[in-house]
Amino acid sequence: MKLSEKAEEILESLWTAVEEGGAAFLDPEKMSFPTDDPAYLELTSQTLIEIRQGMIYFRPEGREEGKMSIRRHRLAERLLMDVLNIRGNDGEIKACQFEHLLNDGADIKLCTMLNHPATCPHGKPIPPGECCLQARAQGDLGVVPLTEFKSGQEGEIAYIQTDDNKKMQKLMAMGVLPGNRIVLMQAYPSYIFRVGYSEFAIDSNLAKEIFVRK
Amino acid sequence: MASCCSKQTLSETELNGDVKRVALVGNPNVGKSVLFNALTGAYVTVSNYPGTSVEVARGSAVISGQQWEVIDTPGMYSIHTITEEERVAREILLHETPDVVVHVLDARNLERMLAMTIQLIEAGLPVILVVNIMDEAERMGLRIDLKLLQQKLGIPVIGAATARKRGIDEIRTALHDYRCACDQQRFEYSRLLERDISEVAGLMQGEYILSRRALALLLLQQDEEIIELARQREGDGYAPLTEKVREITFERRESFHLDLSIERKDMVRRIMHGVFSAPEKRVVTPAERLSNLAVRPLTGIPMLMIVLYFGLYQFVGVFGAGTVVDFIEKKFFVEIFNPWITGTVKSLIPWEILQELFVGEYGIITLGIRYAVGIILPIVATFFVFFSFLEDTGYFPRLALLVDRIFKYFGLTGRAVIPMVLGFGCDTMATMVTRTLETTRERVIATILLSLTIPCSAQLGVIISLLSKFPGALAVWSGCLLLLFIVVGLLSAKILPGEAPMFYMELPPMRMPQLGNVVTKTYTRMQWYFIEILPLFVLASVLLWLGKITGLFEKMVAAMTPVMASIGLPKETAVAFIFGFFRRDYGAAGLYELQTKGLMDARQLTVAAVTLTLFIPCIAQFLVMKKERGWKVAGAIGIFVSLLAFGSGYVLNRALLVTGLLS
Repeated sequence: MKLSEKAEEILESLWTAVEEGGAAFLDPEKMSFPTDDPAYLELTSQTLIEIRQGMIYFRPEGREEGKMSIRRHRLAERLLMDVLNIRGNDGEIKACQFEHLLNDGADIKLCTMLNHPATCPHGKPIPPGECCLQARAQGDLGVVPLTEFKSGQEGEIAYIQTDDNKKMQKLMAMGVLPGNRIVLMQAYPSYIFRVGYSEFAIDSNLAKEIFVRK
Repeated sequence: MASCCSKQTLSETELNGDVKRVALVGNPNVGKSVLFNALTGAYVTVSNYPGTSVEVARGSAVISGQQWEVIDTPGMYSIHTITEEERVAREILLHETPDVVVHVLDARNLERMLAMTIQLIEAGLPVILVVNIMDEAERMGLRIDLKLLQQKLGIPVIGAATARKRGIDEIRTALHDYRCACDQQRFEYSRLLERDISEVAGLMQGEYILSRRALALLLLQQDEEIIELARQREGDGYAPLTEKVREITFERRESFHLDLSIERKDMVRRIMHGVFSAPEKRVVTPAERLSNLAVRPLTGIPMLMIVLYFGLYQFVGVFGAGTVVDFIEKKFFVEIFNPWITGTVKSLIPWEILQELFVGEYGIITLGIRYAVGIILPIVATFFVFFSFLEDTGYFPRLALLVDRIFKYFGLTGRAVIPMVLGFGCDTMATMVTRTLETTRERVIATILLSLTIPCSAQLGVIISLLSKFPGALAVWSGCLLLLFIVVGLLSAKILPGEAPMFYMELPPMRMPQLGNVVTKTYTRMQWYFIEILPLFVLASVLLWLGKITGLFEKMVAAMTPVMASIGLPKETAVAFIFGFFRRDYGAAGLYELQTKGLMDARQLTVAAVTLTLFIPCIAQFLVMKKERGWKVAGAIGIFVSLLAFGSGYVLNRALLVTGLLS
């Protein structure tokens, strides 16, 4: 069941109005296209929404579909704004286009790559998908900065993310290289970690640039 | 590689007057200086603290009849250098032609440190590898097949524990037998990287000491010094060379450094295979447990208090400044030595003016030597014993990480804890040590704080024994200093331009210090201190004597009297302040004299102590400041400190008068 882009947008607006705005329905006047658009017919014929007295209401199946649409939208925002660094209006428009590509499991891949984000760049919650729940159940942290480790936790260095070449070289000289095992021994007042048989202390500015996987 | 053989020909060594040269290089805190001391019989300071050596030390040794010059270098992590000390170390490799380069590394961290061995071999240097600290590695259950390692690297490999004198003879033999590096292995990178290297190396025409292969890699890493070197040596060929380098670095801009490190890591892994084996389960030593206690705030802060209480207060303060000073100064000098020497001098020299020079009120012997030996020596000696001991345990890096968060507010990192603590011993020495801080900004802030608020041990000892007679005075004094430390620290972090520093530090294992090393280190520090101070004490005595007989001294005291009066002090204190120009501790000792004569009350004493502690650094410290920071910065700090010292004295005096505290 693949919906048209407009249909998805209606579901998203409805979901935001109902789930986050606390309304019972959405006024189609608020959409940017005419109320007799074929997208409405598409949705009602699949029993995702119903229209009563000119207002749009969810059918139970539609609520789930809306949730997934909004999830795709917000994941797309995360990708464009955080990773590709396309911000502002431009980012918004591109995210709206991009979200429609995220079907057939592409959303799961993206969500995993982004390490199951909980909020969109505007701070609104991203409804968790199957993959998020599974990851949480398995306690799989994915790739996180060293600052997120608990003391005593051991992991593998995934990558170093820094624009500062000097920092990069400092860390590499300490043996912080992708593939090496690292143990976080203490997180406060400074981060202490062990690589091989050496221990190092670093501040949080350096620690947050080391990305590790459990 | 054969390149080194062609450069290190016999005739060249003969040109050097038949003295061969060996350079010791390696990561910080692997024992290069210990090896240096063992080979030369000289002494450079060693400790359990990364970055103890900040300068190149040179010494000589005779091995089987052959004269050698031994060069000890500051620690470096890689031949692609980042910090100032690393550059100093690499200078030796770049511009001098050592006959042998001894790479010293820590057996426990063989895997991490072998990357540099590969770089040295790749540079075509005549390398001998010393796998040091074997004793601790064995205790941890690590096994290292040195024979196999030697075979894989194609260079002599020696296992050692230099701190326990193990392996020294083998190193001597290896130096003596070293011929040339013909059978060194060539380490291959990936095809892509090899192509880049040969493209760059192919464009190089100039004569270099390091191999073109190594230099090509350094150029690709955008090493500024090497770029400059190439500019000088290449002439017309420089333009196409940089063009090529730019082209490749742009193509590989994403991750050149990382790719290179990972390739080297893989090389090392292949070498390590079969050479290194570790026990299944990590052995946790008692030292590691102690270390864990030292770095957790909950246990670390009480531990710091214990260290300070027993080390600084009980040992340096009560024992050094109390018991020992009482004994030497009062029992020996005042009761026995001074009357005797005065008698002797008076019977030998008939002229009263000359008598005054040696045994008068400000005489070289009765005042200069008495202060130096009777008061300053015991305090400084006990402090250096305390400091050296602590340094060798490996406690300081742990303290550094504990205070890093707080020091960040002052624009410093935890690293600055070493100069700060050392400052309580001798501010002059501490100002020199600020060199180990990474940025100029940190160095300037540390220099300001040292010259202003940190009292040196001599001052500290005298002031504590002075003020402890009046309850509350000590609290007011330390409160003032702490307040100024915080205010000035916060302000300079705000005002001085530059970005926030980053903190990183290797934590060496904690060890029980070796008595011998603590004693030697204390001894060399004392020696340095005395060479530095004794002439100044004598000079001060001479100047004061001159001032006295010419009447100039009286005039200076008279000139300073209004200043003294404005901060509520009797005019006699001017003498202490004039002494203070020569040495801060000397000034404090002058106050001691005044107090003994009963010339000052609690308020005056406290004001004088605070002003004097803050007041202009002693001449020696000022000279070091000038040397390290330059005239402009040193001058500015000097003026700032003097104004602040008298300003604070004035405010404190007013405050004490108004509140009636201490009266």
